[in-house]
Amino acid sequence: MEQILSFFSDNREILYFVILSIFVGIEVIGGVPTVLHTPLMSGANAIHGVVIVGAIHVMLNVDTNNILALTLGFLAVLLGTLNVVGGFVVTDRMLEMFKKK
Amino acid sequence: MKHSLLEICYLIGSVTFILGLKMMGNAKTARKGNIIGAVGMTIAIAGTIFLHEGGFNGLILGMIFGAIALGTVIGWMTAKKVQMTKMPELVSIFNGMGGACAALISLIELNHMYHATEGAEGFHAPYGMMIAIVAGLIIGSVSFSGSIIAFLKLNGTMNKPVRLPAYNVINNLVMLGVLAFGGYFVYNGGNMMLAYTLFSCAILYGILFTVPIGGADMPVVISLLNSFTGLAAAFGGFLYDNKIMLTGGILVGSAGTLLTLVMCKAMNRPLSGVLFGAFGSGAAAAGGPDVKGSIKDMQVSDLAVLMNYSKKVVIVPGYGLAVAQAQHIIKELENILEERGVEVKYAIHPVAGRMPGHMNVLLAESNVAYEKLVEMDDINPDFPQTDVVLIVGANDVVNPAAKSDPSSPIYGMPILEVDLAKNIIVNKRSMNAGYAGIDNLLFYDPKCSMFFGDAKKALTELVAELKTME
Repeated sequence: MEQILSFFSDNREILYFVILSIFVGIEVIGGVPTVLHTPLMSGANAIHGVVIVGAIHVMLNVDTNNILALTLGFLAVLLGTLNVVGGFVVTDRMLEMFKKK
Repeated sequence: MKHSLLEICYLIGSVTFILGLKMMGNAKTARKGNIIGAVGMTIAIAGTIFLHEGGFNGLILGMIFGAIALGTVIGWMTAKKVQMTKMPELVSIFNGMGGACAALISLIELNHMYHATEGAEGFHAPYGMMIAIVAGLIIGSVSFSGSIIAFLKLNGTMNKPVRLPAYNVINNLVMLGVLAFGGYFVYNGGNMMLAYTLFSCAILYGILFTVPIGGADMPVVISLLNSFTGLAAAFGGFLYDNKIMLTGGILVGSAGTLLTLVMCKAMNRPLSGVLFGAFGSGAAAAGGPDVKGSIKDMQVSDLAVLMNYSKKVVIVPGYGLAVAQAQHIIKELENILEERGVEVKYAIHPVAGRMPGHMNVLLAESNVAYEKLVEMDDINPDFPQTDVVLIVGANDVVNPAAKSDPSSPIYGMPILEVDLAKNIIVNKRSMNAGYAGIDNLLFYDPKCSMFFGDAKKALTELVAELKTME
């Protein structure tokens, strides 16, 4: 019990951050017309590609003698890039279609 | 200095994500929003590489740039070249890539940990860190394998929902098992073999979770898996105290979850129904009414006359239009009718097709004006004044059983009220059932006639026939 309470207390800034971010996420989606659901889903998909930052961070700190870590790291950065680039380009293509003629 | 600059980069990135996502909720600003997000992402990535504190190793930098270059080329080309109707599959695959990335990060961290302690069993980092690592591993893996299955289902490679007997029970047991395993890992530590095992179990769960769900519900599942990957990214951010991963991850996790719920509401199906329910299975289909009555068949010449002399025509597009790739010919039909003074509009049901906005995207491809696509709630009042409703490849979205038959699996779903129009024409290849697997009462309505044939072929004939008149 004490452990849990002190966890919350020690990490309170991150907790505020998390809670506020959740509210922002909810606000941002409110009132979106049905027709934009799919491009929005695609856009959100691209944004979670930010996980690549973690992969790059891991790679920059990897031990070059650790072949396994090197390989997995390379793969992780590659997959992250696919998420990011593919995500933004697909979203752009979907949104291209919304030009008023 | 570098550290502060990097924090600024992450701050800028976070702001662009929030702003970009907000702008994507509005048709006028949507495209710009996406670009803003992309710019922010680029700044964050560049900052992560160039503002890294600590030495730069040639090999590592080479591999990083190599991976980014390769990923950019493959990602860009795939996204640019693929047909519009394949977009949902693509979103699913890219989502899976993100999930896999998160899972791999966790595996590498675990590998570091065990490498550093030279295989000392049972060593583990502080609980907070372990939870972040294990959560990232499990959630990332589930999202990865689930997304691949979703891709295969939308692709057509895996058509029927695969349902083991009592699959709900099995799935829930496996989920509890994975969570228990994860919990054990957090509290007792382990070794790489255990890590790989946990990884495999999570992958298995992702497959088991997605495989029983029907293709029509895939967009909802993809949206859910999308938010999972966001969550996995957030745990990564928690692990590294990396603000942009936290922001991006939580934003997508929460926005994605809400979007999933909103999509379910549009289908008038509860999320639990989508994930755990049977839709169009044998039991549900038996709940449909026993339909009595006959259907009428209409010839293209009669249809041409009917449409030519109408004042108001509403076209209801459905998945069949996409399958037949008839979006261009339907635009030609629209053109010819409008030339003759007929008002043409398209009625778009929220779940027509295989994803929200599917029909809009399809019709936009053939340059149908955005204003001609009317949402269900806006066009339903117009049906009583509509002379002809032409339904192309749509089925469940116009089935009156949704209003009249409580035993129907689609009961309660709002539909396009085409039965109020003066003439109803249904274009289908055959009398086969639509996605819900039930009979459509509409076809037996005295005002309804069937116009059989592949959409593209049938519409081409119709257009040709119209051209011969006048």
